[in-house]
Amino acid sequence: MENIVLEARNITKRFPGVLALSNVNFRLVKGKVHALMGENGAGKSTLMKIIAGIYQADEGNVFLHGEKVVFHTPKQALTNGISMIHQELSPILDMTIAENLFLGKEFCKGKFIDYRRMNSEATALMERVGVDLPPTMLMKELSVSQMQMIEIAKALAYNAEIIIMDEPSATITEREIANLFEIIQGLKEDGRCIVYITHKMDEVFRIADEITVFRDGQYIGTYDADDIDENQLVVKMVNRELTEIYPKKNNKAADEILRVENLCQKGVFEDISFTLRKGEILGFSGLMGSGRTEVMNALFGITHPTSGTIYINGEKVDKPNPRKIISKGIGYVTEDRKGNGLVLEMSVYDNTILPSLSKLSNRMGVVNRRKALEVAEEYKEKLKIKTPGLQQTVKQLSGGNQQKIVLAKWLIQNPDIIIFDEPTRGIDVGAKTEIYKLVANLAEEGKAIIFISSEMPEILGMSDRVIVFYEGKKTGELSIEEATQERIMMYASDVEKGGA
Amino acid sequence: MGEKTRGFDKKWIQTYMLIFIVIGLGVILSFISSNFLTVTNLLNVVRQIAVNGILAIGMTIVCLTGGIDLSVGSIVAFSGIIAAGMLRDTGYPIIIIVLAAIVVGAVCGLYNGYFVAYWNAAPFVVTLSMMTIARGMTYVYSDGRPISNLRTEFLTIGKGSIAGIPIPTLILVVVFILGSIMLTKLKFGRYVYAVGGNENAAMVSGINVKRIKMMVYVLSGIACGIAAIILTARVSAGLPQAGESYELDAIAATVIGGTSLSGGRGRLWGTIVGAVLLGIVNNGLDLLNVSSFYQQIVKGLIILGAILIDSKRNS
Repeated sequence: MENIVLEARNITKRFPGVLALSNVNFRLVKGKVHALMGENGAGKSTLMKIIAGIYQADEGNVFLHGEKVVFHTPKQALTNGISMIHQELSPILDMTIAENLFLGKEFCKGKFIDYRRMNSEATALMERVGVDLPPTMLMKELSVSQMQMIEIAKALAYNAEIIIMDEPSATITEREIANLFEIIQGLKEDGRCIVYITHKMDEVFRIADEITVFRDGQYIGTYDADDIDENQLVVKMVNRELTEIYPKKNNKAADEILRVENLCQKGVFEDISFTLRKGEILGFSGLMGSGRTEVMNALFGITHPTSGTIYINGEKVDKPNPRKIISKGIGYVTEDRKGNGLVLEMSVYDNTILPSLSKLSNRMGVVNRRKALEVAEEYKEKLKIKTPGLQQTVKQLSGGNQQKIVLAKWLIQNPDIIIFDEPTRGIDVGAKTEIYKLVANLAEEGKAIIFISSEMPEILGMSDRVIVFYEGKKTGELSIEEATQERIMMYASDVEKGGA
Repeated sequence: MGEKTRGFDKKWIQTYMLIFIVIGLGVILSFISSNFLTVTNLLNVVRQIAVNGILAIGMTIVCLTGGIDLSVGSIVAFSGIIAAGMLRDTGYPIIIIVLAAIVVGAVCGLYNGYFVAYWNAAPFVVTLSMMTIARGMTYVYSDGRPISNLRTEFLTIGKGSIAGIPIPTLILVVVFILGSIMLTKLKFGRYVYAVGGNENAAMVSGINVKRIKMMVYVLSGIACGIAAIILTARVSAGLPQAGESYELDAIAATVIGGTSLSGGRGRLWGTIVGAVLLGIVNNGLDLLNVSSFYQQIVKGLIILGAILIDSKRNS
């Protein structure tokens, strides 16, 4: 008989505007690694957050060792032996490594915190995950991959029976991943349950015993890792052949429109050079925190590079700032659409026309409402934004539609170059396909596109050329014919510089 | 290696810059006013900063969680008037009256903390509401008139000295030591930093974030109660208009001391040095016969300077 530790039955969870989980099931067997697969927005993280007490299910129950449990706080889940490594890093930057590791379960001598013990235990814990750093170092001095390893160590510190790892490998190097897998193996032999969420196929088959697939908030099935192969798995995840997801490319790269030479920002990235041509999609690949976004921020004038030159249409740009860069015809669809792409409390209409208000108003600053409504309506139609009306607040819309509104904002400005930073993060497969189509159409119209993504298939499916980043350096440039998952992965980690 | 050492030096200078500024200011003042560097004057300065120092300690703890407490001045007035009223109307021993003032402060703080933590209300607005409520209750209780003729043994708390050191200063030192121990050595203190540094991370680490957020306002309220006792004893009366705009001085000392108003970063000793700096500046300008109207302008510029240094440090 299998020893079922945890079971979730018929879980449903709604968020404003989306049904995140619809009647899903999930179970964990003692001493096994259970991979949870599915596209972004499939509901994997949501279910795990319900199990870890961060969200509460609207319907359905969770059973731990056959007993029904309801966790209202993460603390309750932790005391019941469930710990979670979160996808979003959550360090407290102004505290030390040791303080972060033992946050919420400090070692005490009487009433006082026992720093000496905490620091030595922290060193021991870091040794377990193969990190060699002083425990008194402040979190903010760590690199992204080091922070991730600390998060992993933190989850181990709880000595939990069930450890949920939500994309723990997204920001760490090959060597660290190998380390992590050794740890997981050890935990498994110890009889712990591991939930491993990832997008990386090779990892799944290296580590998982069982695989559960979610798609658009639905439970698709649970499979033994030995009984399923990669292709079958992909079909279950996306419910269509991969080739259908990405639009046929018909791009004719023309004249050079952007040239970046030796761009440096001290301590962030160094010596970045690349060119971009009209009608071309240039993919930027690399781990999160590898410098992709930072280079774009510098290019757009949000941060200031320490040296290097930027030419737009052959013209050198002095001291870039966003206003100047926009006027030169660059648009930037940022990674964090909720943080700096949209005013969530405002309507679709208001958001769409916000950056174009000066064009849409007269000399006195009065907005020509009729014209503005026309423009908003035009782009709503053009981008197929699904909303009950233009006056709907964007907070209520799904991620895909929010992303389209961000895109609409920029398209009204009619830019020649558009930068997309993780444009499909957290949106469902259908909306993704639409975004891909839009991007491809823009390239066909002759716009130059920079497409940043952490998802390998997306990079391969969309780009005409790929640039790979690793720790603030450009480590490779590949034409789409040369590019394979393996080659990109090699450039994107500290493995030998692919063949060179 | 060399770079590392230099980096350390720079950090060290930045950390202790405030102390250098205070010392420098003291040196300058002792040159331009012969009255500055006298025992009487310096004791006077440390006596005067006690009230603001204690309030600023409470304020710092609140700010570390990313909150703010605008009600401290009014709570000082309310706690003070209650203490004065009890001294007038009852024969309770002093210790009971002191405790009563502290409890009044704590209850006012509980109001702030409860609504901030459990109703997710904005600290600015909740404490603004307490600010007017406490002030209003002070006027209601006193009928708008001062309560004076307090017992002399009570007045000693504000005016007396032990071994030459003013009692208010000794109280400030005790509050500072207790506060420092709490923030650096106890779990509660670390949770205060954690909540302000990254509330989400604190929550998923199993910390009871709401309780921490509530407690910091209670602590600020307790600080108000203590400050109220000192102030009432020092001016020999419960005044309904006491403590007006004290919240601003407390916030100023906190900010000058390097505590981030967005939470998670700051140290109590910085706040104390901030309070000392404000005290010395006030005293120096008094000695130089500068009108109090100008003093306010100077104070404003100091706050601006502190913020600029801080934002430079973080950029």
